[in-house]
Amino acid sequence: MFYREAGQFKTTYISDQELFPVKQDRWGILLIIGFSFIVIPLIANDYWLQAILIPFLIFSLAALGLNILTGYAGQLSLGTGGFMAVGAYSCYKLVTIFPETNVILLILVSGFFSAGIGLIFGIPSLKIKGFYLAVATLAAQFFFEWLFGRVKWFYNYNDSGAIEVPVRKFFDIAVTGPIATAQTRYVVVLCIVTFLALIAVNIVRGRIGRAWMAIRDMDIAAELIGIRPLTTKLIAFAISSYYAGVAGALFVFAYLGSAEVEVFDINISFEILFMIIIGGLGSISGAFLGAAFIVLIPILITNLPRMLGMPINAATVEHFNFMILGALIVLFLIFEPHGLAKIWTIMREKLRVWPFPY
Amino acid sequence: MIFIQPFFDMVGDPVLFLQVIWEGFVTGILYSLIAFGFVLIFKASGVFNFAQGIMVVFAALTLVGLHEAGVSAFVALPATILVMYVLAFSVERLVLRSLVNQPDIILFMATIGLTFFLIGFGEFIFGGEPKMMITEELLLPYDSITFFDDMLILQEIDIAASIIAALSLVFLALFLGKTKIGIALRAVADDHQAALSVGISLNTIWVVVWFISGVIALITGIMWGAKSDVSFALSIIALKALPVLILGGFTSVRGAIVGGLIIGIGEKIGEFYWGGLVGGSIEGWLAYMIALFFLFFRPQGLFGEKIIERV
Amino acid sequence: MERKIGETLLGVEHISLSFGGVKALTDISFNIREKEVFAIIGPNGAGKTSMLNVINGFYHPQQGEIHFKGLHRKQMRPHEAAVQGIARTFQNVALFKGMSTLNNIMAGRNLKMKTNLFWQALYYGPARTEEMINREYVEDIIDFLEIQAIRRTPVGKLPYGLQKRVELGRALAMDPELLLLDEPMAGMNIEEKQDMCRFIIDINEQYGTTIVLIEHDMGVVMDLSERLIVLDYGRKIAEGTPDEIRGNQVVIDAYLGVAHTN
Repeated sequence: MFYREAGQFKTTYISDQELFPVKQDRWGILLIIGFSFIVIPLIANDYWLQAILIPFLIFSLAALGLNILTGYAGQLSLGTGGFMAVGAYSCYKLVTIFPETNVILLILVSGFFSAGIGLIFGIPSLKIKGFYLAVATLAAQFFFEWLFGRVKWFYNYNDSGAIEVPVRKFFDIAVTGPIATAQTRYVVVLCIVTFLALIAVNIVRGRIGRAWMAIRDMDIAAELIGIRPLTTKLIAFAISSYYAGVAGALFVFAYLGSAEVEVFDINISFEILFMIIIGGLGSISGAFLGAAFIVLIPILITNLPRMLGMPINAATVEHFNFMILGALIVLFLIFEPHGLAKIWTIMREKLRVWPFPY
Repeated sequence: MIFIQPFFDMVGDPVLFLQVIWEGFVTGILYSLIAFGFVLIFKASGVFNFAQGIMVVFAALTLVGLHEAGVSAFVALPATILVMYVLAFSVERLVLRSLVNQPDIILFMATIGLTFFLIGFGEFIFGGEPKMMITEELLLPYDSITFFDDMLILQEIDIAASIIAALSLVFLALFLGKTKIGIALRAVADDHQAALSVGISLNTIWVVVWFISGVIALITGIMWGAKSDVSFALSIIALKALPVLILGGFTSVRGAIVGGLIIGIGEKIGEFYWGGLVGGSIEGWLAYMIALFFLFFRPQGLFGEKIIERV
Repeated sequence: MERKIGETLLGVEHISLSFGGVKALTDISFNIREKEVFAIIGPNGAGKTSMLNVINGFYHPQQGEIHFKGLHRKQMRPHEAAVQGIARTFQNVALFKGMSTLNNIMAGRNLKMKTNLFWQALYYGPARTEEMINREYVEDIIDFLEIQAIRRTPVGKLPYGLQKRVELGRALAMDPELLLLDEPMAGMNIEEKQDMCRFIIDINEQYGTTIVLIEHDMGVVMDLSERLIVLDYGRKIAEGTPDEIRGNQVVIDAYLGVAHTN
């Protein structure tokens, strides 16, 4: 009844390939974006911003990066944490070496360091496939975990071994550092993530996106129709690592405030992999859906029993977190490998004919 | 320059060098044993079961847990094997079988999910604190023997672990290569349909596979647990199996042995002689870099089967 | 359009190919002329697909040379072959199962699309214009192959006959000079075969594309092709027009499995 495409005819190829051909979708998305930019900073309290929305956005960005590499281009990577670390530590060095430069610019620049590293670790992908490639990415993961923990230059010879985010301003408003408010940090993260997400959407629907999917589905055939496998894979590694790098920088600068390299260990790599599996491999919205899901689960597990009057201790929460996460991964892969994004599409299909069943 | 110096160190103090090699050998043999567990499942089902690592921990924890509950060590052993058998059986029935036609990457990710589940589940049942392996009760030695005026110290537990591991590997290699069931297992690994059509019972094969994987998990768990504590950090060891399998190939028992030794010894030598020069603790990533290096020259591993692509 | 058989487009000279100890092809030589419809036939395992794979650059022969459009080459990567203007379809449909029909065929246009990453990221501007131009080109192919209705369907869901048609579309999208078809009618019923024949004839007559065809259906081969060669156990045992081949005793023997005396 409400969600009908009747009367919406596409008369040009341009309009046929619009992002949101259905008018109701377009309104929906504009509403969400408007809400996020205008309403939320005004009404959300600090807890929601700090504990849910900011990490959700940052993880979505990292998941977006991984989805490009693994979901679209079919190259399994277990090294997301390592690439995020490169972004975070490059940003830290840049910010401390160039204290006068705009910090948002530096965050965006630090992604390029990750991209470079991604290119290097992507070179093996010409000869190596499947889980062998995953092992190459593990090499990146463990190497960078070690590098940023042991080579003191990276954390400016701090005694604690941690990096602390200094205060930086943007038009006189503190954007990073202990005095930056949650609202400011939220807006910064939202702008960066929206911008990069739009770019991702554009790239994915063009020739590069098709080349990635071709390589993923059958790389031999792709080569035979004129797609260069190495170039395509390297572009995927570079872009994906760029996104992971910016996400890593934001993770420390806009979310944690200070960090030791352990936050980027193998667990975060697995977490982000789970996000794209649950959210939907090869889907931009899937990255966001998966990130939301995984950010919310521990919060639900902690708060639900308390609301029901049966509080459980922190250790048990973590155990259940692992169990539920693991079980969900297996269930999604068995029943809906295209994740929440596919479930959402199916729901919309049903909505199109509602209130009729088919 | 300084990177050459370690070679001189090695020659200058050969007893120390032997000690390092010995340590590497012991670790390497245990890596081989874990890798063998992966190879077995991979050969039988074509799936790289990431959860094998957690099985090792589970086995160790079950053994210790049963003992704490009052069961005597030598009764706890077969009881644990039974538990592992049931676990392996459930995993195969519930998870692996449902994913039969999916691409390899999907299966691999499912086993990662499974691992997470088992970690949470295990910590829930056994608690998260590290435990001690019941080495004494299992009549495993804990002294040390020395050579060369106390310069070369070999822990008896290490010797025992190496012997047990080596014997297991030899036994298993012979089993797969020479016995009727072993050959049947390899047939199943190659082609399910063909194996069925020559009358091999898939169910029998699976029973054998689960049983063996349970035993291997237990042996590995005991040996690793004796050297360090029994905790879930052991599951990271599973990740170490990956470079071993890369070197040795995913389907070769010989490869698992050679790969394990190369990685084990390589890691120890690298860490001991060069690690200090760059900040220490390079064991965390050295194995992967070694594997990566080999992959460039032989993408299918030292012993793996060359993949011929057909269109 | 007047279809004139032209000069030699592709020359195959003394090609030998082996895998380990197995000789797939031995000393094969033949020419294909521009705008011709040429068939390669032979019993199963004769090496027909291997021959196509060599022309494509997928297999590299141990001996012999290929020249295409006057250029000699011994080794060519498949990507180069594509850029040079060689396209093909496969025995086992090699479509990108995760993509729709439209995207599969658009993928065939990838080698003609050049806008760089910056414009792709922006979408509006040169990237979109290029996308629309190519979309129009692909839509012409979709009309030609009568597959409008399945434009958005993921190809994995299509029946086999339609998949083969989409694969043909993808090959056409590359705007090839030489089109290699590996058993394009395998597994089709009579109607589907008739459609496929019609498409092949139209492609050859309207677009002037040179076609090399591997096919088992003798009726189709004899009707469609102007010349053909016969392979058996990796060797060329006959070459000529359909009429000449039809009566050739050596060919008949090969198909019937009569033992060779060499």
